[in-house]
Amino acid sequence: MNRITLIGAGILFTVIASLFGLVLIPSNQFESMQPKEFTNPDGSVVVYPTQLDSWREEPGSFVYRAMGCIYCHSQQVRPEGYGADIERGWGQRRSVPRDYVLQNPPYLGTMRTGPDLANIGVRQTSEQWHYTHLYDPQITSPGSVMPPFGFLFSTHKDVEPKSIPGIPVFKLPESYDYRPTWIVPNEQAMQLVAYLATLRQEHSLEEVK
Amino acid sequence: MSENRVDENRLIPDKSDTATRARIDHSCQGVVVFWYGSSVLWLVLGSALALIASIKLHTPGFLADAAWLTFGRVRPAHLNTMIYGWASMSGMGTLLWLMARLCKLELPWRRILVFAGLYWNMIVAAGTWQILAGNGTSIEWLEFPWMISIPLGAIFVMLIALTIHMLRNRKEKHLYVSQWYLFGATIWFPFLYLAATILIHSSAAVGVAKGTANWWFAHNVLGLWLTPIGLGSAYYFIPKVLGRPIHSYYLSIIGFWTLALFYNWAGTHHLIGGPIPAWLATVGIVGSMMMFVPVLTVAVNHHMTMVGNFHRLRSSPTLRFIVFGAMSYTIVSIQGSLTALRHVNETGHFTHYTIAHAHLGVYAFYTMIAFGSMYYVMPRLVGREWISSRLIKVHFWCCAIGITMYWIGLSWGGWLQGTWMNNPDVPFIDIVKRMVPYLWSRSIAGTLMTIGHFAFAILVWKMIRREGEWLVEPTLFSSDKESALPSETVHGEVAKS
Repeated sequence: MNRITLIGAGILFTVIASLFGLVLIPSNQFESMQPKEFTNPDGSVVVYPTQLDSWREEPGSFVYRAMGCIYCHSQQVRPEGYGADIERGWGQRRSVPRDYVLQNPPYLGTMRTGPDLANIGVRQTSEQWHYTHLYDPQITSPGSVMPPFGFLFSTHKDVEPKSIPGIPVFKLPESYDYRPTWIVPNEQAMQLVAYLATLRQEHSLEEVK
Repeated sequence: MSENRVDENRLIPDKSDTATRARIDHSCQGVVVFWYGSSVLWLVLGSALALIASIKLHTPGFLADAAWLTFGRVRPAHLNTMIYGWASMSGMGTLLWLMARLCKLELPWRRILVFAGLYWNMIVAAGTWQILAGNGTSIEWLEFPWMISIPLGAIFVMLIALTIHMLRNRKEKHLYVSQWYLFGATIWFPFLYLAATILIHSSAAVGVAKGTANWWFAHNVLGLWLTPIGLGSAYYFIPKVLGRPIHSYYLSIIGFWTLALFYNWAGTHHLIGGPIPAWLATVGIVGSMMMFVPVLTVAVNHHMTMVGNFHRLRSSPTLRFIVFGAMSYTIVSIQGSLTALRHVNETGHFTHYTIAHAHLGVYAFYTMIAFGSMYYVMPRLVGREWISSRLIKVHFWCCAIGITMYWIGLSWGGWLQGTWMNNPDVPFIDIVKRMVPYLWSRSIAGTLMTIGHFAFAILVWKMIRREGEWLVEPTLFSSDKESALPSETVHGEVAKS
């Protein structure tokens, strides 16, 4: 009987040791990291990382989660000389723990069926591009294997929909559909695009070596 | 050596034990058949989700009109039904039966265990539904929302209590190596699951530490839950079917404790090159390299047990599946250790190479061993034969060829994908397009595996409905019964004398 207790204790000890080593100690190390203030060239002061607003940006991160974007897109730039992330223009510098202190959880991702999105807010600033790409990636990126998210839009054929203030309307290119087609994003699509615009790791942090 | 043999020979009881074993098997019947049967339902559902996800990756317009069928939901739904539905439930069935057999105890707490099985099914069903409804957490391997993952903890507390209860009251004083592994699994996994759930859903871990908590957990689901169950089964069934003791008792204990010490630390190799302190990735790499010790120990031990008996793979379905799984364990572990090296990881990470590796572990290793175990256990519980050896053959070959094709196609394609991705002169969209043929090869391989799963589901269905012959001798592949019979007689054990 003592033997069972001893084996059980040994088994438990091994896993507790790794919990401390891999999770609790690093977590303690990150806890001291806080957002920092940066002064822009025009003299204004910004805090980075920036808290998402609760109007569209934060709900947008929930849409990102609900649609499972992380299964094909990472949000981390590898260091220089390791992979080609910086050469591909996915970021100006590697990602560091401070970039993620406000993210809960961070969408680091482990797969790049599609490109990295850590800096998509810097790399692609056109809302029109984002909306048409989400509606059907084949319009902007022929050959893409990203699923179309047409269910986040209402589609209008032949007749242009009445515009409602604050809600954009986009006309699809004629090469996509011979009938004139307009798309109107729903609230979720607008939240998602607002969230994507916040993904920018552009401030230089001194811990980036 | 000779001393060990005497010791280990207790595994091979003489005929007077037949009645005891029959009584133990009978006590497991309701519970284990329920857990096994449920696991097969999840296997079929998980295969359907897998195929949908696979087809979407080369034909993105497929089933694209509904949010609940989008790739980013179907893929985690596939993973969770397979891990928590198929793998965990089949593993629990085998674990309970093995524990009862090795402790020489009738299975206790049977009503609670059937209820626990029902409860587990409901949790997995609710969790899968929540993922498809868009409430998944996007934390890999922990996608069930917290209000679904926390209640699963109740089962784990019961499971730990049950294992300790059985071990303390065991009638067979000798602890066989399988019991070490199973005991390990029942402590590790509940601890991991509860700790990770709390860390990730509370503010106990900050920022990137949630990422390391994620991979500490996810890697250990395979390493400290499915692996010990799989190895515990292999350690039991290989000597059992062959009717000879395991090669070395000491090697198996070394293998166990080195696994316990090193596997825990390997998880952060999923974040090499990521935004974590360098020492944290290095720890993951060292842990992964040290895994060579337990892996080679187990490989040598199993191989030396098999030596001279490979012809038996022709006749015994159990042995064929389990040896396939045990060999895959060696391959997947060596591949995993090498993949953790920075240079290999630079190319293999973020690509389908990793997906291929994960399936080599959970499928070619764990799932094949689970199939083999069920082929052995179910007839002894139900008292009937498998209805058709031809269907077993269909099952084996579809799965074996399917997973081999899956692994080769995606490892090869994934490696190229990584090479191109690290070459900034190749436009990203070109990589996407060049990957399409490899993704097709996965859909074809997946279809084969699914056919195998349907064959297995039919067999299990007929078994539960007791449509087979009365169990007199086990279903074997060949009519070469003279060579096969001595090891698998009425209640399966060896009358070696």
